[in-house]
This record gives sequence, structure tokens and C-alpha cells, in this order.
Amino acid sequence: MKCHRPRVGPGRPFSSCWRPVPAAWRARAGEMLQEESDLSLLIAQIVQKLKGSNLYAQLERQAWASLQRPEIRLESLKEDIKEFFKISGWEKKLQNAVYSELNVYPLPSHPAAPPEHLKEPLVYMRKAQGSWEKRILKSLNSMCTELSIPLARKRPVGQQKELLNKWNEMGTDEPDLSLFRPVYAPKDFLEVLINLRNPNYENGDSLSFRTHLGLIQVPLKVKDIPELKECFVELGLNIGQLGIDDSTQVPPEFFENEHVRIGQKVLAEQDSAAAQQYIRQGSPTALRAELWALILNISSQPEDLLYYEQLKTNVIQHDLLVDSLIYKDVKLTASNDDYYFVFEDYLYQVLLCFSRDTSVLGHFAYNSASPPKSYIRGKLGLEEYAVFYPPNGVIPFHGFSMYVAPLCFLYHEPYKLYQTFREMYVRFFFRLHSISSHPSGIVSLCLLFETLLQTYLPQLFYHLREIGAQPLRISFKWMVRAFSGYLATDQLLLLWDRILGYNSLEVLAVLAAAVFAFRAVNLMEVTSLAAAEAVLADLSTLKVMPLLQIFLFATVT
Amino acid sequence: MSRPKNQSYKGHGLSKGKEREQRASIRFKTTLMNTVMDVLHNRPGWVEVKDEGEWDFYWCDVSCLRENFDHTYMDDHVRISHFRNHYELTRKNYMVKNLKRFRRQLEREAGKPEAAKCDFFPKTFEMPSEYHLFVEEFRKHPGITWIMKPVARSQGKGIFLFRRLKDITDWRQDTRSSDDQKDELPVENYVAQRYIENPYLIGGRKFDLRVYVLVMSYLPLRAWLYRDGFARFSNTRFTLSSIDDQYVHLTNVAVQKMSPDYHPKKGCKWMLQHFRQYLASKHGPQVVEALFSDMDNIFIKSLQSVQKVIISDKHCFELYGYDILIDQDLKPWLLEVNASPSLTASSQEDYELKTCLLEDTLHVVDMEARLTGKEKRVGGFDLMWNDGPVSREEGAPDLPGMGNFVTNTHLGCVNDRKNQLQQLFRSLQSQKKASS
Repeated sequence: MKCHRPRVGPGRPFSSCWRPVPAAWRARAGEMLQEESDLSLLIAQIVQKLKGSNLYAQLERQAWASLQRPEIRLESLKEDIKEFFKISGWEKKLQNAVYSELNVYPLPSHPAAPPEHLKEPLVYMRKAQGSWEKRILKSLNSMCTELSIPLARKRPVGQQKELLNKWNEMGTDEPDLSLFRPVYAPKDFLEVLINLRNPNYENGDSLSFRTHLGLIQVPLKVKDIPELKECFVELGLNIGQLGIDDSTQVPPEFFENEHVRIGQKVLAEQDSAAAQQYIRQGSPTALRAELWALILNISSQPEDLLYYEQLKTNVIQHDLLVDSLIYKDVKLTASNDDYYFVFEDYLYQVLLCFSRDTSVLGHFAYNSASPPKSYIRGKLGLEEYAVFYPPNGVIPFHGFSMYVAPLCFLYHEPYKLYQTFREMYVRFFFRLHSISSHPSGIVSLCLLFETLLQTYLPQLFYHLREIGAQPLRISFKWMVRAFSGYLATDQLLLLWDRILGYNSLEVLAVLAAAVFAFRAVNLMEVTSLAAAEAVLADLSTLKVMPLLQIFLFATVT
Repeated sequence: MSRPKNQSYKGHGLSKGKEREQRASIRFKTTLMNTVMDVLHNRPGWVEVKDEGEWDFYWCDVSCLRENFDHTYMDDHVRISHFRNHYELTRKNYMVKNLKRFRRQLEREAGKPEAAKCDFFPKTFEMPSEYHLFVEEFRKHPGITWIMKPVARSQGKGIFLFRRLKDITDWRQDTRSSDDQKDELPVENYVAQRYIENPYLIGGRKFDLRVYVLVMSYLPLRAWLYRDGFARFSNTRFTLSSIDDQYVHLTNVAVQKMSPDYHPKKGCKWMLQHFRQYLASKHGPQVVEALFSDMDNIFIKSLQSVQKVIISDKHCFELYGYDILIDQDLKPWLLEVNASPSLTASSQEDYELKTCLLEDTLHVVDMEARLTGKEKRVGGFDLMWNDGPVSREEGAPDLPGMGNFVTNTHLGCVNDRKNQLQQLFRSLQSQKKASS
């Protein structure tokens, strides 16, 4: 969310900036009026959103129930109810919900902007995403035709019973998946991004300081290190961090104990915004599950469990082609991971339900992607018979299950795990595989990574380019998976803490650059792409926070 | 500020006199062909001797023990990797006997609560000698599951589960008849043990923990605990309905390797650090501390129970592999103690763990006579018991009952052994220079 309020510099005496300049004053007043109307538009939008939510119904119920209370008087009904909400913690819940909306939904740029602009303002990006989607759907349909398997079918009762019995151990099933292929892999997606061009931007053939020497050729605005330092100020050298200041050499009295105490306080207050600020310095292991739930504004209500059970019923009743893709992905990736193999069963329980969840369709309002449409057999082209396929509109690709795997470390009831994953997906992960100009979108992340490398490690960048080992070819897979499966679990969770804390995925690109910086000496000696891959094959020993801190705050710029 | 003389602080026992001479090279012998061989070969100044050559160090198989102890005279400085009668601890029937006896002794001397600390092994009966006692217990708890284990075999061989007496009376007939036919086969002893029906599950799977304990002497008892270890997962989901499925219940890697579900790439092991982190994120650090200190208790009490029985020989040391099972109430149970824990590596990570484990074992054994004897930590080993509990604090007197006594064990914690060893040897070198 962009904040339109102007920043006031520290220490500037009021008198020195108070010079009555009529024109500027009028412009400022105009700005403020615009802000006012923006704000009221935003408020209207959020109220609209929340009116349909469960919270609204609960607040209404609470308000009615509070009429019984002695302190509520008819003369001052509004104020008394407000006071009651404040004391009972309901105001806090409302605050958290509003904060959550602000985090997730982008500010409308102009009241008259059409909905596609909310998805993606740039036309050429929208077009590219559209044609990529067509390709994916074509691939899915052709697999369908080749194997003569319907996209969806109702399961016979016998099979339904069997699946229900085996629900907690679907991993023991070994269906024949040899004919299925993943619809696409990250490297296919990278090729599409490499070919992205802005038709209004003519780079010209001659090399200049504007030339992009990397793979991404679109001119999006990305931050440089001074801007990143400002943005990630809590990662600075003189601020305590979990992941650095909780190591064995540092006595816990220095930082860790106090940080844990503050974390417990934040949880007691149930304040979403405070939790988000707090977690920028990392979350203690014991508090992480609750903190993430607070930040993502997930409160496990009985309705949520019911909703999950409903999804489970949907899975049992209908068999989707997408299910086989999910099985294959889990078997190929998570099951082969040294640490995540244990959670195989949970992954099926989450991903199969995820693909049936139509509430996920809501996120396409701000996702440049659109859910694929399919038609009931024989009714091709007839809009009344169009359905979204899969029901949640998300087609999994190779490695998709790795988004869920680290969460199994934190949540153990399937429905809680499910809720957290769904929220993480509609806030963050979707940006890693759709084409958009958003600063946290994968295109911007790639460009940020390449720019950082080119600017601050020019020799390394040039060397790798010369030997045909464009750095993005190696780091792309890390970023698409948000480093899941590449880092040790505890390090990964510290990284994801910061994603939540800053509500941005830019930290992934910074980390990727920091990894290259860390292994620069070895990389300077390699002479082929394969050798470069080998140097960067094993990230499991890396400590994420020192790398980020050194790259941002201790590199001579 | 000079440190007050600490009479209660004891060194961890080093060789004296002639043994402390520096040797030009150390001659080693080993019958094992795996990680042990690599580590011994890579140790600077160590040379292998074969067959009948004289040796200073022998990492041997348990089967070679008898000939060594009975026929060879060992110089003072010589070291061998087993105690002569280690089976008092490592054979299931002997261990149970020793533990029961120790428990009774504790009850007499220190009362019921202290004796209750020994309740970490499930009810066990020797077969066939305690068959009638077993039947009595069996009848008291109808419907529970029991496990029958041969006392002296490893890798999960010969183990089966049962719920009905009929299952074992049949088996008894079989073994009896086979004995009659083949007199040369030794009568194999078994133990019947109460099966733990509510193991702690991760991802729906059962697992057990392998922990390494190095004992340098029994009288006095000196034991070191290694920080690393691993959790071994069963490949299939745990359910009590399939007691015939050996693969579900037995978590030995050897058995799992035979399971049809086994995919070698998986490895089905978690490092203890990962396991500890997982538990901490689920239950919080205090609960995890309590669990690990209960495990410390298992190691100490089990060693104490055989302390007086094991033939104390200064030439001997032993690296034990403890198998621990955690139940759903986070209580640890001792399954067994192995005198020859497998040192073959199942993966790269495993290879590194075992190599470091062996290197550090050799550092503690200290054939090169570098240590002073006052160390509380050598590489990944922490001195856990030194004729009494050892405190984590530096320089503090090792007296329990002091308010802030924390035991010197770090199981599943960060193992920065390389750094520690560097610092240790550097300071030892400078100490030596200073004193020479």
C-alpha cells in the first residue's frame, strides 16, 4: 500500500519551512483534498469487503447481545457500544481485519480505473500473461486428450469409501503416474519472462548505461541498495535479529530474552500490526505459529473447520485430473526431500482441498492471472456451461507442493495448516508465477536480482555472463519457490518471517544476490554454467540473516 | 583473580607416566571396512598394521574380543574399543536383569521416587526362564500388544509382535522341535517386552532416536554424550491394526531398506537438531528441555546399573548406540543399547556425522596424549558424567544441589565442533609451550 502522506524530515524547525507561497499552498490543499477522497474511497471499499465477512456478523451479534449490559444506555448508545467493543477486544479484531485488507488489496489508482488495472496496469504484461495462460491450458487439454482422462469425473461410491478410509495416509498409494507430466516447470516460465518486451521501449542496438545485461529486458523500477536499506531498516547492523543475535556465542540476556518477552506481549495483545512490526526482527520458534496466524489474520473458528471438511467432501466425491498432477508433484519433490518426506500425507490433504476451494477465486481481482475456464462436455463456448478449472483457478506446476512443506513444521491440524497455506498463497506465493509489474512480482524480483548483481558485483556478473552462465538461470528456481527446499528449514522460516514482516517478496531477490556475493570467489573461477550450478547447488548450510545483513549494510557501495 | 582451589573438580582421567609419552606413530588395527577405516587412515601419524603385527589401538568386532583379552598382553598405553563383558549392558536379557537389580537397590537406599527414575524400560521378561511370570503379567492386561525380541541379534532380525498367548505357544513348539532336531544350534534366548502402543508420531509415522554415548571407564564412571544423532522413521504409517507388518513397527534402517516402499534417496532419517527444533516449535523449549533431561537420566542410570558388573579395564573404552523411543506423553523409553552401532553410512549427511563422531571419539581417547584431562568438551562430545554429574558452567564446582546446576549435555544442539577443536588444540599447544 502506498502512503501518500509526505515524509517530514527530522529536526527541521517549523519556522524554516513556513514560507507562505500561495501557489504551493493551494497545490498542497489540492493534494490533501485528493488524499481525502482517496481515503474515503478506500474506507468505502474496505467497509464493503468486511460487510460480507464473518467478522461483521459476529460484531452485529455482539452488539445486540451487549444491549443487555448495564453500562449500555439508550441516550449514548453509539458511544457505549463502541466503548464496549474496545474493552472486550472486538475493536482489536476489527482493527486486525482492516489492517489485513490494507495489506492485501492494492489502493485503487483512480476511481474510474477498470478492474483489469487492479490486476495489472500495464497492457503488455496483461497480454503476456494471457498468452502464457493459453499455453498452459492447451498443454493441460492435450494431456487430457492423449490420456483420455476427463478433466473431472464423479467418483464411484466404492472408490469414495476407499479414499475416505485412506485419507490420512494417501502417501501410501502408488498410482501409476508415469504418463503424467507436470504442466510446466519453472524453467519454462523463465523463457517466457526472458522474451517479455515493452513495445514502447526501444533499447536500441548500441550499448549504453541503460542496457540490461541480464536476461530480463523490461524496464521496471527496482530499488537499489540505499533504498533497500531504508526499506529494510530493521535488518540493520545495530539492531538485534533472530538468526544472528541468538547464536551460541551471544548471551541471551543481550537480545533474545527481551525479544521473546516482547513477542509474548504482542500475542497477548492480539495486535496484527504490532506483530507484523515485531516479526521483522525474526520470530522465536515457540511463538512463530501463533504470530503468523495473527499477522495473516487467521483465527480458527468452528466455521473454518467445517469449511475444510466440506472441501474434503468435495475431494472425495469428485476426481480431478489436477489431482494426479498434485500427486506427481509431491512424489517428485517433497517426498524426495531429506526433511519434508515425513509430511507427505499432509501435503495431499492440503493441496487436494486447495484445488477445490472457490474462495481462492477472490484473489484473481488483484492477480494479473485469470482462472482458466473450461466447458461442460459438449457445450463448448456456451457461457452458461463454463466452469473454472480447477475450481480454485490455480494450476499447479513442478515444485508447487514445496510452498506447503515448510508450513508443516508449524501447524499440525490439517485445517489450520490449510488456512495458513491458503492465506500465504493469496498474499504472496501467487506473485511468484504470474507475469505482472508489481514490485513483489517475479519479473520485478528477477530484475532486482540482476540489477543488484550488475551494480554491486560487476566483475562477477560480467564473468558469469561471458562463460554463458547468466546468474538468473541459477537463481530463478530459488526465487520461484521462495527458497523452499534449498535452505535449511529453520533458516527458511526466518526468511519467511521477514516476508510477512515487510509484506514484500523483495527480500528473496536480495538474498539471491547475497548468496552470489558470498560464493563470489569460487564463482570467479568457474568456466561453465554446469560448474557455476555446482558451486551453488547446496545452500543448506547458509545462514540467511548474516548474508542479508552484510549484503545490505556492510558492503561498500 | 585467582580461581579458588576446587577440590571437588576432577579431571576426566588420563593415562599417567609412561603412557603420556609422545609416540612417533600409532599403530592401529581394525576389522571393519567402513567409515572407521577412512577415519583411522586419515588420522595424521596413524599407520595400519595387519594380521599378527603389534598394535597400539584396535577397533575391533565384538566377535574378536575373547581372543584378544585371553591371549594378548596389552601394554599400558594400548587401547581397545570394547569392554570385555559389554554384553551386560548390550544384551537385552542381561541389561534388564541389571536394571531391575539396580532399581531394587535404589529403592532400598533412596526410596521409591528415586527408584521410579529407573522406569524407562517397558516391562520385560526373559524367555523361557521367566515364562510364568510373563503369563501372570499378560493376564493382568489382556488385549495389549507384546513384542518378542531375540537377545543377541541386531538389525531387527527375529522380532515379532503378538497379542495372544496362542501365538507364542505355537512359536515355542516350533523352537523346541527344531532344537531336538539340530543339537548344534545354540538355544537362543528371547525377551518378551510390553510394546509401546502410543508412540509419538511425526507425519503419522513412528520413529526412534539413535544417540551416541562414549564410556571411557566404569570405575569411576566417565561418560561423554555426542551432540549429534538422528531420528529413524518407519516408512509406513503407524497403525495398531497391522501388527504383522514388520515394516511399520520396526524403525531400524536395515529393516526399512527391505520395505517395498523404501526409496533409497529418502534415507528416512532426521538429524537430531532438526528433530529438536520441530519439537520446540510444537511444544515450546521448556517441554523439550524436560524431555532431553529425562533422556540424560536414561543414559546415566543404565550405565550406573552395570557399573559394578563390567570388568573395569583401563585399556577399554566403548562407543554405545542408544535406541530411544518417545511416547505421546513425551516420555522417553530405552529400547536397547548397542555395543557396535552401525558405522556404515546411508547418505552423505550420515557419512559426515559418523566421520565426525569417530574423529571426536579418537580425540577423547587421546592416543596422542594432547589433552590435560580437565576438558568438559571435546569436539561434539560433552562430558556428561565424571564420577558424578558435570555442570555446564565454566569453573563452577560440579556439585548438584547448587541452585543453578545445569547438566553439561547438549544433545540435539548446535555442534560447532570444528571451531571448538581448533580453539582447544591451540590452547593446549600454547599451554605445553608455556610449561616446557
